[in-house]
Amino acid sequence: MRGREDEWTGLMRSAMAGDDAAYHRLLKAVTPVLRAAARRGLARAGQPPDQAEDIVQEILLAVHLKRHTWDSEAPFAPWLFAIARNKLIDTLRRRGRRVFVNIDDFAEMLPGEVPHETASAGEVASQLNTLPQRQRDVLQSIAVDSASIKDTAVKYSMSEGAVRVALHRGLAALTAKLRDQ
Amino acid sequence: MDTDQLIRTLAADNAHRAPRVGAVLTMALLVAAPLSILIFATFLGVRHDVMSAMHNPFFDMKFAVTLSLAIPAIIVSLHLSRPEALMRGWGWLLLLPVGLLAVAIGSETMMAPAMPMTMRLMGKNSRVCLLAIPAMSLPLLAGALFGLRHGAPSHPALAGALAGLVSAGLAATLYASHCTDDSPLFVATWYTLATALVTAIGALVGSKVLRY
Repeated sequence: MRGREDEWTGLMRSAMAGDDAAYHRLLKAVTPVLRAAARRGLARAGQPPDQAEDIVQEILLAVHLKRHTWDSEAPFAPWLFAIARNKLIDTLRRRGRRVFVNIDDFAEMLPGEVPHETASAGEVASQLNTLPQRQRDVLQSIAVDSASIKDTAVKYSMSEGAVRVALHRGLAALTAKLRDQ
Repeated sequence: MDTDQLIRTLAADNAHRAPRVGAVLTMALLVAAPLSILIFATFLGVRHDVMSAMHNPFFDMKFAVTLSLAIPAIIVSLHLSRPEALMRGWGWLLLLPVGLLAVAIGSETMMAPAMPMTMRLMGKNSRVCLLAIPAMSLPLLAGALFGLRHGAPSHPALAGALAGLVSAGLAATLYASHCTDDSPLFVATWYTLATALVTAIGALVGSKVLRY
């Protein structure tokens, strides 16, 4: 546990220093933990586990857009679990459930319990279609077609800077739509 | 979109760097302040006897009280803009103005004041005070909420209440230079009521707009 969380903190420090690969590894590493915790939280609230992936994606978006609130001197895991817990509570509240979220849902994961998988979720995908054309094109190109920022810029005859702006605005808009839905 | 695709997209956006919450809050308050100052200059203005009032320790004490509200409120609101932050260990900062007021009320009582207690408490400006502090707070409250939206508070209503304390503390600092009621009893009553109103508005609006 300790070792895993120290590793996350190290990866996040590298990510904040501009190491995109470290950031990618970190998000991959935390996702199974978040997924298991989301499932447990849903089960505790008597909800079907099939919404877990929506929650995971919302947590990841919030982590991304709020990472400037992480203090690089502090351990990463408590910050991550606070965001995760918040998003889980929000989701359950939106569905009109009484909320019992145990902070331990996010802390008691054993390392052996984290099989790698990926799963799709409906909410991000459906909100994607409501974004302005350019943001949608850029997000789709990078997410679905796995294009790089450079390739995306060529494909839509945009500057790389404009692609970066559209990408970030698209992610922010997506998050706002998910929150306010 | 599957989660691996989302992760790849987020990693592609890693180069984007957002400013710190403190920087955004400072900017937002600086943008809002001229509006509050405009309200002050248009409807209130500095009291005419300000030069002699400055020799009255109870006049000066008002600024100590209002700033000891505004500055700790800024510090605590920035602390709470981190998702894992707890109030524990930080709440005492918000008791500073209360302590100062208690000391001021105590010393005024011991100095055999010229006016009876009810007159000092009621003053001449209670209605203006109740109106002016909230009115000057509103632009600053909007600024504070805008700044804190950049953070990730786990308790949006609490963070909104702190935005209310920040704006009321700053607005009360302006108001203190206008008001001729210097008794700490007046401050403890009417400034507190006005601050409570602004704090309630902040909590209410914050619970909506500070969710992230």
